Amino acid sequence: MESRTPSRRTFLSLSMGIPVGAALAACGTSGPAKPSATGSAGGGGGGAGNATYWYLSVQPQEGVRARAVERFNKANPGGQITGTAFQNDAYKTKIKTAIGAGQAPTIIWGWGGGTLRTYVQAGQVEDLTSWFGENAAVKDRLFPSSFGAATIDGKIYAMPCETVQPIVLYYNKTVFEKVGAEPPQSWGDIMALVPKFNAAGIAPFSLGGQSRWTNMMWLEFLFDRIGGPEVFQAVFDAEKDAWNNPAAIDGLTKMQELIKANGFIKGFSSITADSNADQALLYTGKAAMMLHGGWTYGGMSTDGGDFVSGGHLGYMNFPPVEGGKGDPSNTVGNPGQYLSISSKATPEQKEIAKKFFATGVLTDQEAKEWADTGAVPIVKGADSSFASSKDADFLKFVYGIASNATSFAQSWDQALSPTAAEVLLDNIAKLFQLSISPQQFASNMNAVIGK
Amino acid sequence: MTAFAPSGRRGTPPTATRGARDGVLPWLAVPALAVFVAFGVIPLIGVLLLSFTSWDGLGEIQISGLTSWRAVLADPGLPHALWVTFLVMAASWAVQTPASILIGVFLAGHQRYRAVLAVLYFIPLLLSSAAIAITYKALLDPNFGLGAGLHIGLLTQDWLGEPVLAFSVVIFVVSWQFIPFHSLIYQGGVRQIPRTMYEAAEIDGAGRVRKFFSITLPQLKYTIITSSTLMVVGSLTFFDLIFVLTAGGPGDATRVLALDMYKRGFQANLMGPASAIAVILVLVGLALALFLRRLGGRDTGASQLEGA
Repeated sequence: MESRTPSRRTFLSLSMGIPVGAALAACGTSGPAKPSATGSAGGGGGGAGNATYWYLSVQPQEGVRARAVERFNKANPGGQITGTAFQNDAYKTKIKTAIGAGQAPTIIWGWGGGTLRTYVQAGQVEDLTSWFGENAAVKDRLFPSSFGAATIDGKIYAMPCETVQPIVLYYNKTVFEKVGAEPPQSWGDIMALVPKFNAAGIAPFSLGGQSRWTNMMWLEFLFDRIGGPEVFQAVFDAEKDAWNNPAAIDGLTKMQELIKANGFIKGFSSITADSNADQALLYTGKAAMMLHGGWTYGGMSTDGGDFVSGGHLGYMNFPPVEGGKGDPSNTVGNPGQYLSISSKATPEQKEIAKKFFATGVLTDQEAKEWADTGAVPIVKGADSSFASSKDADFLKFVYGIASNATSFAQSWDQALSPTAAEVLLDNIAKLFQLSISPQQFASNMNAVIGK
Repeated sequence: MTAFAPSGRRGTPPTATRGARDGVLPWLAVPALAVFVAFGVIPLIGVLLLSFTSWDGLGEIQISGLTSWRAVLADPGLPHALWVTFLVMAASWAVQTPASILIGVFLAGHQRYRAVLAVLYFIPLLLSSAAIAITYKALLDPNFGLGAGLHIGLLTQDWLGEPVLAFSVVIFVVSWQFIPFHSLIYQGGVRQIPRTMYEAAEIDGAGRVRKFFSITLPQLKYTIITSSTLMVVGSLTFFDLIFVLTAGGPGDATRVLALDMYKRGFQANLMGPASAIAVILVLVGLALALFLRRLGGRDTGASQLEGA
């Protein structure tokens, strides 16, 4: 009896450890083997015949993507595309796992930049430079600024698609009238508006701080307005101690001043952008302003009752900072979305994908449908069709920003490698929590430059 | 899996009863062992090997020796995550154990209303952690949650935005979810205590409280150890609930080891360091389980009912 005790004990102890290993193993294989069974013979990356295409769910954008595929399939009975929709955050992990496991779809939807670079370094996506050379017409009808995030080391690895999404400063006109305030024209105005709104019991700014990249948009603008786009460009170019730039430290300090002055809604660090609670704060009048992506316009017009249609929503580019070097026409955000072709796809699948890029992506019909969602498609001259839209003013505003910006910087977390982006977001959360100082932030970030 | 058991029985002569039992017993363990090896040991070895490589989850796996280990061990995030994990473990144990024992003792009575209550108490265990987390997140929202909706000032706190509050909420939700399970274990433990002990104590004039501390609690010793082992080792693997509720925030106030592992592996693309953390998690889990077994005394097979 006694002699059996150790082995039993070990066994019990071991079995307690299983969940850890099993959980990790489960994570590692959670990528789907086949994207969709409906009407497709082609599997993830292996089978010949049909091409596969994964993209993001959530209406109204999902419908536009699905209809583009439908139209292409109708026009090309010989080479079909099977589309599958995924939720945003789930997709980010899923696509990575699928590509790593050699199960990528033929057409990989993404945000370009740092993530695309990791695909390129792993040899997982096709070089499209020569294809764009042969099909100059395809390239020429799109915004030139959209190609920056598709270009890695001088070569183009993705087809820009869909819409341009600058970050916009939204405000609630009704609340401004109630308090008797004017929209801010400078950083000083912003700081002066904070006590005014707080005294009226309205939060100056809404913020979905738990999502972290929402906080990042603030720093993107502060860095740009104070020091110009060079400040972050130095980080991106992996210059040593780039975060120690006085403009960067100034921006980080200003950020914490705004937080300390109660510039953001109480409890912002537990609000997520995924739930659209930050938008709800703005259209319910609990907050006066919100810095957010152009895509939230569509959400607010759907969910906000007559907030958008009744003209209660105001919007503007981020105001200049006194004494700052940055051009106030500059903007940040997503210069486009991107489609890459998996290098593991069969030649037939690659052909279908290229045909889709040339004839199925951003057709006039698709461009019109994007405009109907309140977003600007990255097609030159798209503004000619805006006049008939109910969102004409906002579309013209976004088109103006996108086409007039001296610099249209890509969102930091998309531009950097996923490794550096995670450290960045982590430190931004701590900065907003006031648990680290601007100097600590800079030294933490300097440690991962170039990684 | 089930094919193993009959084949084992066929191989032994049916006449020799004693021999048959000895021959069959090891075979009965085969299905469990096969599952354990396939889903426990093999992934574990894989993780151990991965911890000596650098891999971004996309390209080639490159052997890099101790680089990942050095990176993880030098990172100030690791002691912090270990500390948070320990706090979660200690606090959730300290909250759950007394509550579970009391509810367990209460539910051990055979009254009908207690049976009804037992069913109600059991409900949280039926819900998935993700669903619980989403629900609590909505209820605790400072602007659109319960407190704001009912205009109760006390409930309108920044529940998930203040480090201490967020940690407390995690402990509360974990306890809310798992107390029913541990109560069930204690209910079974209490019902095993012989009536005769209580009768003897009553003759000696012992009251309710005295009986609880002198008979019930000592008799539950091994139940407490079992339940504590499940709690402590289980709390190492809390992931889903915290991930959905706070995502480790605010800042890194609730970033436990399992969450740190996920963030490194699947968000920062650092599979090597993430695997190193997974190995650390397994080692901590093994050490804790062994320690708790020791706590129960060497001869755990002995009956605590002897002499009763």
